[in-house]
Amino acid sequence: MAHTLLIVDDSASMRQMVSFTLKDAGYEVISANNGKDALAKINNAKISMVITDLNMPEMDGIELIRQLRGLPGFKFTPIVMLTTESQDSKKMAGKQAGASGWIVKPFKPQQLLDTIKKFVK
Amino acid sequence: MDMAQVHREAFREEAHELLTELESALLELEENPVDANLIGCAFRAMHTIKGSGAMFGFYEVAELTHEVETVFDQVRNGSTSVTKDLIDKTLKAGDLIRCLLSSNGAVDESERQQLISTFRQMAAPPEDKPVHVGSDNPAGALRESEEDEKLYRIRFRPSPDIFLTGTDPLLLLKELRDLGKCRIIAHLCDIPSLDSMDPERCYTYWDIILSTAKGINAIKDVFIFVEEDSEIHITIIDDSGNSIDKPIYKKLGEILVERGDLTTEDMEQVLQKKKLFGEILVESGLADPSKVEAALVEQQQIREAQQKRQMSAAAASIRVPSEKLDTLVNLVGELVTVQARLSQTAGLRNDTHLLQIAEEVERLTSELRDSTLNIRMMPIGSTFSKFKRLVRDLSQQLEKEVEMVTEGAGTELDKTVIERLNDPLVHIIRNSIDHGIESPETRQAAGKPRQGTVHLTAEHSGDSVILTIRDDGAGLDKNAIRAKAIEKKLILESAELSDRELFALIFAPGFSTAKKITGVSGRGVGMDVVKQSIEALRGTIDITSQKGEGTTITIKLPLTLAIIESLMVKIGDEYFVMPLSLVEECVELTSNDIERAHGRNLANVRGSMIPYIPLRQRFLLGDKDPAIQHVVVTEVAGERIGLLVDSVIGEHQTVIKSLGRMYRDVQGLSGATILGDGSVALILDVPQLVQWG
Repeated sequence: MAHTLLIVDDSASMRQMVSFTLKDAGYEVISANNGKDALAKINNAKISMVITDLNMPEMDGIELIRQLRGLPGFKFTPIVMLTTESQDSKKMAGKQAGASGWIVKPFKPQQLLDTIKKFVK
Repeated sequence: MDMAQVHREAFREEAHELLTELESALLELEENPVDANLIGCAFRAMHTIKGSGAMFGFYEVAELTHEVETVFDQVRNGSTSVTKDLIDKTLKAGDLIRCLLSSNGAVDESERQQLISTFRQMAAPPEDKPVHVGSDNPAGALRESEEDEKLYRIRFRPSPDIFLTGTDPLLLLKELRDLGKCRIIAHLCDIPSLDSMDPERCYTYWDIILSTAKGINAIKDVFIFVEEDSEIHITIIDDSGNSIDKPIYKKLGEILVERGDLTTEDMEQVLQKKKLFGEILVESGLADPSKVEAALVEQQQIREAQQKRQMSAAAASIRVPSEKLDTLVNLVGELVTVQARLSQTAGLRNDTHLLQIAEEVERLTSELRDSTLNIRMMPIGSTFSKFKRLVRDLSQQLEKEVEMVTEGAGTELDKTVIERLNDPLVHIIRNSIDHGIESPETRQAAGKPRQGTVHLTAEHSGDSVILTIRDDGAGLDKNAIRAKAIEKKLILESAELSDRELFALIFAPGFSTAKKITGVSGRGVGMDVVKQSIEALRGTIDITSQKGEGTTITIKLPLTLAIIESLMVKIGDEYFVMPLSLVEECVELTSNDIERAHGRNLANVRGSMIPYIPLRQRFLLGDKDPAIQHVVVTEVAGERIGLLVDSVIGEHQTVIKSLGRMYRDVQGLSGATILGDGSVALILDVPQLVQWG
């Protein structure tokens, strides 16, 4: 069965590009505009991995990671942050909230897929 | 329009919307310069334009927005405040970005540079690093430089909390394995006793001896997300550049001392005694067994690396006529049968000595079998190169532009399978080029690249090999197939078929939808023959297609033809076997269950209804059903279907014997095998049984 990945980004073009890349690689994709939207869309779906932007309206990525880690099904789920901030502070805050890794924008589709392979069988 | 263009277009639209939002936020900010919501809104607009802009190749936009974003970030955290000047300049930047985004993109570069430096000055302390725009290498991945093959020793001790960050250390080890030849030793000595163990913590750590030409950066990249919390040591222990002429490898003790797992004094003391060094260490408790093992593995791997280098100079292989190999495989087959008999007899005798010997013979036989079958394995690559030529010639003949891409040339398959695979593959590739790939003009008109591509890939999957032939051509025309099938009276006009069933029709005898017959294909002999040959290899073939996007044909083949792992079952007094690879599970079915199903052949397996074929009736084996029967659940072509048998005996090494000419066409049976007691068991042809019910 194909893995379902959750992609959270407020930029529609990023969502489109990432979903296209992931679907093309055979993954199922759920996409959401921001943290709040993501939490609403999870809906008991079995998510194999979460890819989230950090800066978003309503609920940002770090808060989303924190909340996800508190949910019963997400204790061990890989969560990767998409970030333009290559500064360590954001990255560390994300890691402390429970993120598994990060990808720095801009990235190439193949780099995204390579990173996913680190976390999903 | 290609996908990259589509994404760029989507970004343009989005950026225009964001700029409009930014503008209104700025105008409101002028009235109310401390509203955190408005500042956040402006920051996010810039942030998104920057991030996505760089993704889609708008580097000039990204560079400018980065500067603006930096200033707004400072406004956000309170170190700068909103001024009229800032709002003016930001509005100006917004206009400039709009121009940069518009398709002709004619913009005064000096104006852009000026704005960039203005914003840089506004950003108070200039500690900021310049944005890296359009770089190829952010996430650290994809740093590949081919170097000489080197041997690395890696100790990876993940943080105990690693599971809670969603990282599976085994996946990292798997990634290392993909880099080259790799030996991994897990150290379990830190695992506490069960009552004090926390299952959510990781107590294991690993020593990895890796031989790779990818370089140390590739290894570091594997650990990029865990390097801060984990203990990771990477050491080069053998460099192929030196020591070619004198094979020197370190003694076990030296390695342990070098790693800090043992002191020099302890080592020397132990050396006084004359026993195997590793044994003494373990006995005397100076080092853990796993640590000693790790060091031994390292020693061996270095030895092997050095031997390999020496060997490659000398002759590395010998040529043997394939008949000799065939004889060998046959003999091993006989031996496996005799060994089964020996085990069975020994089991009945209740003689421990005999049992011991039987077990030893069993172990040796299975090793002998594996290595004999291994000799017959060949990489499929040799056939691949033949196909490249075929593609080249065909595309010239048909005046099409076709490129062939192959993957997995190193995948090994039984020699006979590879030989018998040649014709079907030639046929499929011909079909792809002739019917699938369109002429360059048609392709261009449809917005595709002029050159079509045929992908040929081979990969291992369990005990089978999967071959995929994928083209990016016109795809199958469902309506044409349907019309043709009705014309050829293969289906009724009213038949409702799924795509899969519809596509499967092209494997029917005498089926061809090509409008004109070319010299290459289109005579309607072919796909049915292809299917037959694949099934004769005990393989399956499957086809999917998307109109306008191409067709994919998937062939699944067993690794070898001679001996298979199978499941033995019993019906009445008869034994049957079926390939274990097809079996998913076995469940009991009582006469009550059968009554409850009201005459339908459906078994309830944990809530899902699985149809089954009652083999007793299917093979007319007379007797009455026993009270408890078993359903062997198999998976064929994506469907779960059960086979009802009396009882399940267990796994069995099956040496396949073909049936005599009289019985060759019996449906539902693919061969026979000889059991330990000399009797014969028939091999079930599960896909055929399922197909014919």
